[in-house]
Amino acid sequence: MKILVPVKRVVDANVKVRVKADESAVELANLKMALNPFCEIAVEEAVRLKEQGKATEVVVVTIGPKAAQEQLRTAMALGADRAIHVETDEELVPLSIAKLLNAVVQKEQPELVLLGKQSIDGDNNQTGQMLAALMGAAQATFASKLEVSDGGVQVVREIDGGLQTVQVKLPAVITADLRLNEPRYASLPNIMKAKRKPLDTLSVEALGVTLGQHQKVLKVSAPSERKAGVMVGSVEELVDKLKNEAKVV
Amino acid sequence: MAILVIAELDGQLKADTAKVVQAAQAIGGDVHLLVAGQQVADAAQAGAALAGVTQVLVADDARFEHGLAENLADLIVSLGRDYSHILAAASAQGKDALPRAAALLDVSMLSDVVAVESADTFIRPIYAGNAMATVQSLDAIKVMTIRTAAFDAVGEQAAAPVVAASGGADTGLTQFVGLERIESERPELGAARVVVSGGRGVGSGENFALIEALADTLGGAVGASRAAVDAGFVPNDYQVGQTGKIVAPELYVAVGISGAIQHLAGMKDSKVIVAINKDPEAPIFQVADYGLEADLFEVLPQLTAQLA
Repeated sequence: MKILVPVKRVVDANVKVRVKADESAVELANLKMALNPFCEIAVEEAVRLKEQGKATEVVVVTIGPKAAQEQLRTAMALGADRAIHVETDEELVPLSIAKLLNAVVQKEQPELVLLGKQSIDGDNNQTGQMLAALMGAAQATFASKLEVSDGGVQVVREIDGGLQTVQVKLPAVITADLRLNEPRYASLPNIMKAKRKPLDTLSVEALGVTLGQHQKVLKVSAPSERKAGVMVGSVEELVDKLKNEAKVV
Repeated sequence: MAILVIAELDGQLKADTAKVVQAAQAIGGDVHLLVAGQQVADAAQAGAALAGVTQVLVADDARFEHGLAENLADLIVSLGRDYSHILAAASAQGKDALPRAAALLDVSMLSDVVAVESADTFIRPIYAGNAMATVQSLDAIKVMTIRTAAFDAVGEQAAAPVVAASGGADTGLTQFVGLERIESERPELGAARVVVSGGRGVGSGENFALIEALADTLGGAVGASRAAVDAGFVPNDYQVGQTGKIVAPELYVAVGISGAIQHLAGMKDSKVIVAINKDPEAPIFQVADYGLEADLFEVLPQLTAQLA
């Protein structure tokens, strides 16, 4: 079974982003970038399936600027076999990303596409579902456990108030939730080895996809600041404030 | 112009639906409510009584019983072309089915909308709430999920007409196998009015009993920081933060939590934040409405006793 894992380069989860003074966007210059945490979980799961002999090849793909190749190298250091980079400097909405990924799927013909449930920059939680729609394939989102069997995958999904188990037919798209696994760290020898693994670059044009204009970001502003709080001296004072001032208990 | 709202069901109509209807009213226009499931006559009646709903469409069929995205999205697509907006709650179901429907309609989507500026312009948080984006949708059909914590529920009205709806196929792509409900006396973390969370400072899984006791006294849910989850004190579905759950309760009590960015991202929209920490320099005190610099082992039992 061939597994395709779309990954994304995002601002490191530990960095607090700031909005640009002209409110046009978030300031991203000189910030530390990393592999989106949910993508790391997806890569880890694909590599585990390969280690269990259930997957034959793990291909990672990203759509973004040249610098995103760093994240493809990271994914290969974690165990992916090869990488595809669809190079573009444009900010694309998830629908456009899904269309480009669908073109890659047509070329690569994977049985399984594993993604993170959302990226921590756009917080959209759409790409996997949209890709499944375009492929006409089954989807299992927010996966916390998966088991590959003949002709399908049994997936435990994190839903509101519980865990739902579904059986999806292949080909399928599965998106990883936080609980799916604990991603490994890349070892130095594997980081060195990853430098020699194949990385193909494609252009948006080469994939033959026409992308539409769907959204316009008019403004990006800072969230409203919380007004300064007070320190209380005792439990009695805290209880009094909660009861009589905030009126929340 | 009419708006289609996808109802949230859990046997009955979930309260979140009334909040999505509020968002639909903010956009303006006729609001039609789609109730899809099996044996959903009661839910449809409850939906018809939500203020502002002008029609309820009922798709009562076994293929919608478990809310599987493939069948639900197909139904939404078959009905959706007649609408200017399609809305659902930013719940597990809404997040699962709506992007699929949007892609099939070849339109983009807006996730987790917190405010309506106009019929085509909406505000949504990005970067885990560290920035707010005002986004104009250029698509003919505007598809979006609504952050229910940002809207109030609508009231009641005389029942709107209920009509049967059909459409979409049974895709047969996914089979439902089973459902394991998390049986808890406590409210769901994402929907709780009060959340009491513990961090590394709590020290051990056993000590979390102190957090649970306070949560139970307040009728709240129990949360945790990533540090507490990574240390194995609690399972990771307790995690509040950027990669865990994002909550906005009326009262959030952070106990033994330093207040790292990723944790703040998950709770800083809470109405009132209380922090209990023995380190006066802890960043959590910068967002807390009420801070208490103290040893949690001394003050938690006192606090629980005084609130009981």
